[in-house]
Amino acid sequence: MKGLLSWNVLSGILNTMIGLATPFLFAALGETFAQTAGVVNLGVDGIMLLSAFAAFYVTLSSGSLALGLLAALLVGLAMGLLMSFVSVTLKAEQGVSGIGLYMFGLGMSSLLFKVLIGTVKTVDGFKPIAIPLLSNLPFVGPILFRANILTYCAFLLVPASWWLLEKTNLGLKLKAVGQNPAAADSVGISVSRVRYLAVCMGAVLAGAAGASLSIAQLNLFQDNLTAGQGFIAVALVYFGGWRPVGVLAGALLFSVANSFQLWVQVLGVKVPSSLAVMLPYVLTILALTVTANRARQPAALNKPFERGES
Amino acid sequence: MKRPELDWGKIALNVLLPVAGVIAALCVGAVMLLALKVNPITAYSALFNGAMGSTFGLTQTLVKATPLLLVGSGICIAFRANVINIGGEGQIIVGALMGAWVPLTFHYWPGWALIPATCVMGFLAGAAWGFIPGILKARLRVNEILSTIMMNAIALQLMNLLLQGPLMDPEGIARGTFLAQSAQLPKQAWLARLLPPTLLHSGAIIAVVLALLAYILLWKTTIGYSIRAVGLNPSASRYSGIRVPFYEALSLTLAGGFSGLAGAIEVIGVQHRLMDGLTSGYGFTGIVAALLGGLHPLGLIPASVVFGGLLVGADKMQRAVQVPSSLVTAILGIIVLFVSGAALWSRRWSAKRLARQRLGGGA
Repeated sequence: MKGLLSWNVLSGILNTMIGLATPFLFAALGETFAQTAGVVNLGVDGIMLLSAFAAFYVTLSSGSLALGLLAALLVGLAMGLLMSFVSVTLKAEQGVSGIGLYMFGLGMSSLLFKVLIGTVKTVDGFKPIAIPLLSNLPFVGPILFRANILTYCAFLLVPASWWLLEKTNLGLKLKAVGQNPAAADSVGISVSRVRYLAVCMGAVLAGAAGASLSIAQLNLFQDNLTAGQGFIAVALVYFGGWRPVGVLAGALLFSVANSFQLWVQVLGVKVPSSLAVMLPYVLTILALTVTANRARQPAALNKPFERGES
Repeated sequence: MKRPELDWGKIALNVLLPVAGVIAALCVGAVMLLALKVNPITAYSALFNGAMGSTFGLTQTLVKATPLLLVGSGICIAFRANVINIGGEGQIIVGALMGAWVPLTFHYWPGWALIPATCVMGFLAGAAWGFIPGILKARLRVNEILSTIMMNAIALQLMNLLLQGPLMDPEGIARGTFLAQSAQLPKQAWLARLLPPTLLHSGAIIAVVLALLAYILLWKTTIGYSIRAVGLNPSASRYSGIRVPFYEALSLTLAGGFSGLAGAIEVIGVQHRLMDGLTSGYGFTGIVAALLGGLHPLGLIPASVVFGGLLVGADKMQRAVQVPSSLVTAILGIIVLFVSGAALWSRRWSAKRLARQRLGGGA
């Protein structure tokens, strides 16, 4: 245990945490938009898988990271439109349609990977960018200011989403549609259009989350690359009480637990690895239990809107 | 008292919608195959022949349908209480742990005692795995979709932990291979083969019996009545004195038990040892089968045979025309999207007919 307590290791754990938090932030902040408007998109993991594949494949064949990222965002958008169509237009049970979207993404990404690539390959992903001056700060510098561009974006997305939700007209519309769709409808807001927009924004960000895994963090693709991270992201939205700052706290907590377990294994501390891997999930259940704060939940969450029904 | 007449219109709709959903999804799959430059007719006939074309294929289909029927019956119970159980995978795993641990520990017991004991322990372990998210939902309103997903991850790691430790095959340790699997179970714990040399085992019969029991529970007992009432209208149920949280927790516990039993039977019926990858996604495919079966245990019996066939056929298709079996996972996803979306028309149709009946009654 001695090794775990040194400054270097602590800094390493926190640095890994920042990297691990990136996909969670993208996916969970995006899911926050969808859920604020009343739609639970449980298919985030499927979107992440298919867009992670798209980013990886396009980067591998074109050599351009920007094109890869664009492909991931477009795949996210397409999956978002599909989810909106089924859940908003066809008013499907959202928990079920989300599982459908997940299975589609899981199967499709694996199918395309086997047909188009077949073996394990790697790409040169986004490189860390050291921010002048700030990266030289003692202790904090290496942890916070030597990350890749996607990580910076993910963290900047926290204040941006707060601003969007709290300070803009669109944010107000999202909330109105999620709290009381009938009232929003009566003042001329198109409930469907706002929900389509919210789900698609969330799905595009889930696409970014997928890309951050395959062309920035791991720089490879394999079957079930996300290993359920999209589901964790959905849990983080509940944990964070539908607020970007809460989501950030949840993402950091989950990532630090994960980073800790990785470092425990790297340093060869005698703990069975499966017990260590289990830790973040146990923590998530406990966190959900402690923060089961229903008061903040959008009142129309998970409820399709039908005019004339109250 | 007059027996209520069978509602043929509703039955036809409940059969036609899922069938249309499967056909539509297969058509989308055909487009995907064309994009991959594979002749869809060749691929689908390989799939169909693999699943139904021979005695062996047919029995394999039934072997795969067995866990789907069990998991799906549990899913039906939970969904009827409007509780979404995504935790099938984890519940199967803990049931499978019991399926290996009980026979390996009590290897000196005779089969007539060992097999029932194993099944009961598998059921109880799965039930416990369903009870935790169930009680969290009932008491603290923790979202069961999320907690069951976390329970899946925890169960998977629990199995890894045990397979690398106490349950690891001593032979593997002696030979130094350290394979992540348990020792083979004592022979008297194996379920009887119904049609040797095929792998069809008596677990299939257990599954059908359990599906019938699930049907009786849901439609012929007061417990089942309460479960369905809670799912249809929780606030009305509360006013009529039904303890809503209790039935939510109960339905999730029962669903867990069914999945746990599926895990135990998979171990003592098919694998005869505990090994990695044992769930094969049955926890998710079971949801698809339950939905397609109209969330009705009797509709589930044909549905689980269809999906068992799809799984068996997918492997055959992979070998025959080199189309990865993950195509079928994608198709399953499309089926779920179609069927959950198509429920809109089914609801509209029922509402329209209800309105018409009311008009007719008034005249």
